[in-house]
Amino acid sequence: MYRSLFPRDVFAELDRLQHELQQAFEVSPSIRGIGRGGFPALKVGGTPQAVEIYAFAPGLDPATLDVKLERDVLSIAGERKGALPVPEEKAAVHINERFAGRFRRVVSLPDDIDPDSVSADYRDGVLHVSIKRRESAQPRRISIE
Amino acid sequence: MSDNTAATRATQAARPEALLLPPVDVIENGTGIILYADLPGVSKDTLNVHVEADTLTIEGRLSLAVPEGLEVSHAEVSLPGYRRTFTLSRELDTTKVSAEFKQGLLTLRIPKAESAQPRKIAVSVA
Repeated sequence: MYRSLFPRDVFAELDRLQHELQQAFEVSPSIRGIGRGGFPALKVGGTPQAVEIYAFAPGLDPATLDVKLERDVLSIAGERKGALPVPEEKAAVHINERFAGRFRRVVSLPDDIDPDSVSADYRDGVLHVSIKRRESAQPRRISIE
Repeated sequence: MSDNTAATRATQAARPEALLLPPVDVIENGTGIILYADLPGVSKDTLNVHVEADTLTIEGRLSLAVPEGLEVSHAEVSLPGYRRTFTLSRELDTTKVSAEFKQGLLTLRIPKAESAQPRKIAVSVA
């Protein structure tokens, strides 16, 4: 199911509508759905020295996060428990928009990264993975003799 | 407790700044309301939760420490923060709201006033 990360936003709703229409008309929609808009939301960027990936995954225990680098593909996987009460409990769920369940997101990285110098930290619900670029790929100034 | 998205939009229209609407779960049981809100990237100092009359506002600024010269190639989160407002109903006791904020997850507990708590009425047999 397609679930907007930031609900009740006009653009997200339009996006969902477009996505649903696309699915209805496409002859063979991909078995893996669409690549964009899963949980956690990603922000990917780079500096000349490193590639930085931020995953917005709040409320997780960092020990349960599975971050893997295989060749030049980075995968982030884990599970988030739902906050909803067990059905026997006397409680009413008024709004249920937060993601719950298993997740996995994959980012393919440029080929100049150094797989041996990766660091990851989890702060304020954001997982930050930093992968250094290889020394040999660094921009160098060539002196003219 | 109702989600007044229209009001949120109205305030957003009045202010030029566009903000994200954080996803929430709202659960009500006999003793009160529990609200969970996802605010990843917000630190404790930049989070602002306040109740004014019967309006609950949750605001937070994204405070990501990005390295200098970062060139973003793909961003699914590009706005500077979050804001969402809710209208509280009268039986909720806003003086006893408790909030917990851990790893970008805000948990608010809003108890119901004593008079609104469910009571069991004993039936005496005459």
